[in-house]
Formats: sequence, C-alpha cells, structure tokens
Amino acid sequence: MADGSNGSSSIVVVRDVHKSFGDVHALAGVSLEIERGTVLGLLGPNGAGKTTLVRVLTTLLDPDEGSATVAGYDVRRERTRVRPLIGLAGQSAAIDDTLTGRENLEMVANLYHMGRAMAASRAGELLGRFDLLEAADRAARTYSGGMRRRLDLAASLVADPEVLFLDEPTTGLDPQARLELWTVIRELVATGTTVLLTTQYLEEADQLADEIVVIDHGRIIAQGTAADLKARSGGEHLTVRVSDLAALDEVRQVLEAEGDGPPTVDETTGTVSVAVSNGPARLAGVVRRLDEAEVAIADIGLRQPTLDEVFLSLTGHRAEGEPAGTSTGAG
Amino acid sequence: MVVSMDALRVEARYAPGDILQLWKRNMLAYRRQPDLLVFSTIQPVMFVLLFAYVFGGAIQTGPVDYIDFLLPGILAQSVLFGSTQTGVGLAVDVTSGMIDRYRTLPMARSAVVAGRILADTTRNVFVVGLMLGVGFLIGFRYHGTVAGAIAMPFVAVLFGQTFCWISAAIGTSVRRAETAQVASFVWLFPLVFVSSVFVPVETMPDWLEVVAENSPVTHTVNAMRGLALGTDFWEPLVKALGWMAGIMAVFVPLAVWRYRSIQ
Repeated sequence: MADGSNGSSSIVVVRDVHKSFGDVHALAGVSLEIERGTVLGLLGPNGAGKTTLVRVLTTLLDPDEGSATVAGYDVRRERTRVRPLIGLAGQSAAIDDTLTGRENLEMVANLYHMGRAMAASRAGELLGRFDLLEAADRAARTYSGGMRRRLDLAASLVADPEVLFLDEPTTGLDPQARLELWTVIRELVATGTTVLLTTQYLEEADQLADEIVVIDHGRIIAQGTAADLKARSGGEHLTVRVSDLAALDEVRQVLEAEGDGPPTVDETTGTVSVAVSNGPARLAGVVRRLDEAEVAIADIGLRQPTLDEVFLSLTGHRAEGEPAGTSTGAG
Repeated sequence: MVVSMDALRVEARYAPGDILQLWKRNMLAYRRQPDLLVFSTIQPVMFVLLFAYVFGGAIQTGPVDYIDFLLPGILAQSVLFGSTQTGVGLAVDVTSGMIDRYRTLPMARSAVVAGRILADTTRNVFVVGLMLGVGFLIGFRYHGTVAGAIAMPFVAVLFGQTFCWISAAIGTSVRRAETAQVASFVWLFPLVFVSSVFVPVETMPDWLEVVAENSPVTHTVNAMRGLALGTDFWEPLVKALGWMAGIMAVFVPLAVWRYRSIQ
C-alpha cells in the first residue's frame, strides 16, 4: 500500500488540534487515533466540534494548532496525497440536484481521473449496490431524503477510500431510512473500510462504532466502548408509567427497591424511572411487585440512556443543542 | 494556506480535463433549469425588440439606423448581465456544499471557477448568436468588412468573459446566491446605462459624458460598432482590450484567492 505510515496500526492520528472561529473555540486540543479497519463514533451535540474535526481531517479546513495525519500524510502539508485516500459523506458533502444520480457518480469518478469506461462501470456498480438503479437516470432533485443520502454515500465511495468520513449520515432521516443506511454502513465496515462517524445519537454510535469518543465544546470528555459509556451513565433505565397519579408513590417505592439508585418521578407524565443493571430480570421483578400491590401499569419498559443522560452523568450539564452550523460554523 | 509543489503538479496535469468535466456539469444544469434558460435567452431578445421598437423612434443616431446602432450595444449589455450568473452559480455551489465535495477530491482546484466561466462563455456565444439572428430579422445589417463582421461578436464574448471573473470574485466572497445577484446588478446597471450602449454619449450632461466616454463599456461598444458599421474601430478596440487586460489582471487573482479562502 502506497502510504506514508510507519507500520503503525492507526490510520488516522490527531494530535492536540485547535481551531477557533473568532471567539468560538470549535476544537480546543483534540487528540485521537483510529485503528485501521475500525469504526470510530464521534458523539456530541450540535456545536460540539464534530464537523470541524471532520473538515480538518478531510483537508477542508486548516487547524490553527496541532497536527493530523491520514495514512501517514499530513492533512495540511500533504493534502494532495490525502485526498485520493478519503471519502466524505453527510452534512458536509453534497450532490448536484440538476444532474441524475448516474451523472453525479460519473462526474466524481472522472474527477478522480478514472477514465471514461472505468467511471461508467464504477457508477453503475455503486447505483446497484445502493438500490438506486431504477432512479439512476432521474435528476437527483426528485430523490427522497434517504435516496439522496445513499447517493451521497455512493459518491464518497467512488474511489474505494481507505478512510471514510460520515458526518451525521442519518440526521433528518425517518426511522426506516435510518435503519437502511445503518445496514449499508455495516456492510462497508465488513469489507474493511476505516470509518469516522459523527452522530448526535448514542444508539447510532452503539450500533455502528467499535469505539466511541464523546466530544463537548471542542474537548474530548470520554472515550471507550458503548458498553463502557452506558455503564458510566448508569446503564439501562427502567421506566414505569401509570394513569392513576395516586399510585406514583407506590411505584417509586418499588423502583427504589429494585433499581440501582434513587428513582426520578415525573408527575406531569405519570412516569417513574430508575437506572438498573441486569434489566430483564429487574423488569420481571417490578411487574410482579406492582401486580401484587394492585397497581395498574399503563406502560413499562427498558431503554438505553439517551445522549442527554450520558452527558448529564459525564459533564454534569445537559447536552446543549445549538443551531446547526453553516459551512464555516463550529458544528 | 500552503501551496505545495504537489498541488502545482496536480493543477498542471489535471486542469484541462477537470475544467472540461465542470464545463459539462454546468452546461447540463443550464439545459435542465428552464428559468436559467429563460433568463439567458428570452430576456436579451426582449431587450432587442423593446429598444428597437419602443425607443428606436425617439433616439436620434444621425445617419445610422437605430437598430444598427443598438445591436452591438445590446450584445454587450446582455453578456454583462449574463456574467452575473457566474457569481450566482458559484455562490449556490458554496451554499449547497458542492464546493466541499470538489475540495475533497484529488482534482485541480482551478477547475471549479474556470469550468464555470467556460460554461458561461459558451452560453454567451449562444446568446450572442441568437440576438444577431433576431437582429437580422428586424433589419440589422453589417456595413463593414467580413473580418469586422466576424470580430464584432467575438469582442462581445471576450468582454463577457472578462466580467465573469469580477462576478466570480463576488460570488466566492459573498457566498449567497441572492446577495451575489444584488451585489452585481447594483454597479452593473449604472455601468451599462452610463455608456454608449443605448444612446450617443453626447446627449448626456457634461459631467456624465466624461464618465461615459471613459467607461470600458463605451470603448467596447464603440469598437464593436466600428467593426459592424465599417467605421473607425482601432482606437476604441485598443482601449477596450486594455480595460479587459486590466480587469483580468486584478480579478483573476482575486477570484482565485477568494475561492481558495473558502473554508
């Protein structure tokens, strides 16, 4: 493989990268490494610095301080070496609305200088793989949100990149389209592509990433597997909802006995929730005890902690949703 | 922004092919966006007809028929107004994120702006041809040499190409389509009307006549008229080409610099 790495297994290396936009420190000293063939999930709210880091690594933005390399090449000094090795899809990338799906992919292939025949066959292959053959010769402006993201992803894969950057690939998609895109991303990872995925959803990082880095205000605040992070934020939550608010106190007592911490009570919705370990066994216990106490359960379930809860436990503050950044923003 | 030898090698090797790719993309977009096509074709034709028939009777151009006086001017006006689309198109590419896609590809950086301007110039060739055709239908005639007749539309296209670079610098600076449009017309309107495009400059107040006489638009239109009517054209042509060279010397580097500073 023609690259500048020195036998290290990390294909992306970021060292103490800083980037400011005026007074906003979008990145305030970020260091991380991505091992070849793995998926790194970069998790954080809007404005955390996720997109800024992606833009630095894809040669779109020069860092103020620090250094970053992809396959051993410096993203600032050797960007012409980096570009043939990377693909970018998601909110930072785009497709041309007036061109058809096929024309979009052929144009990108031609700009990778593949040669006409190769470009045509590569475009056809990707259209088939992303289930876009039927719409291949329609203008992209007629595509649904899910189809646009698939075309965008296909465009980022034209040159078979060694590192793929997916910047919030499923933001704004409906649940069905999101699940479809997850399947596509899993297939990619299975073929050995290294992926950096940014997301606001813990579930998405959990589903796709080998390792998760949590970023907030341009700093890394936690790093580990999905299981590590969930454990650090109290693991699963067991939630019970009742329609008779008089029963709330009874429910609170039961959950206090079964759960791992003090339950939280929300009187407006009639729900009580508590962190639990070994959720399914606890769920059965709670159902039995509430049944004995003749409490009518409106709804009961186990759920993963949300990004908000992870943030709350990691930082002590809630994930602040800032408006999504523009092309120069600190998103 | 670091410019490495590697980057220069990429430019030298891939620029011609990449410019052609971007040209193709922009031409396809023109064909598929009816509003752009209307702006590019119907509007200039309407201007020819309106000015020829509405103002034609009122404006005195001496021994020369007004349509013979008007057509070179209105060709220049059309390519100037058309040049605003370069900046608008580039601004749209910035907003849509298309520029980001290009900038992560191992392509020649110059191709995005140059391919855009090549497409706009191609459109100008088409528009100028169409207007000449309409002009002939309503009475426009050449009175000079064959060489002059061929050179006249060529000067118009060259003039339009020059202003595309100003537009490109605006579009890559303001980075919003609507702003690019407004930021262009704000100075283009006075520039076009304070010139010899529609009326002889001698009819203007003295102070305005001084401005009009030294305008690049006046020099260009006078050169085109000279070529079409068989009258003197060398002096305005040399001045027009001087203006174009000067504008390019400032705005080509400016557009490239503004494009490179998009982050």
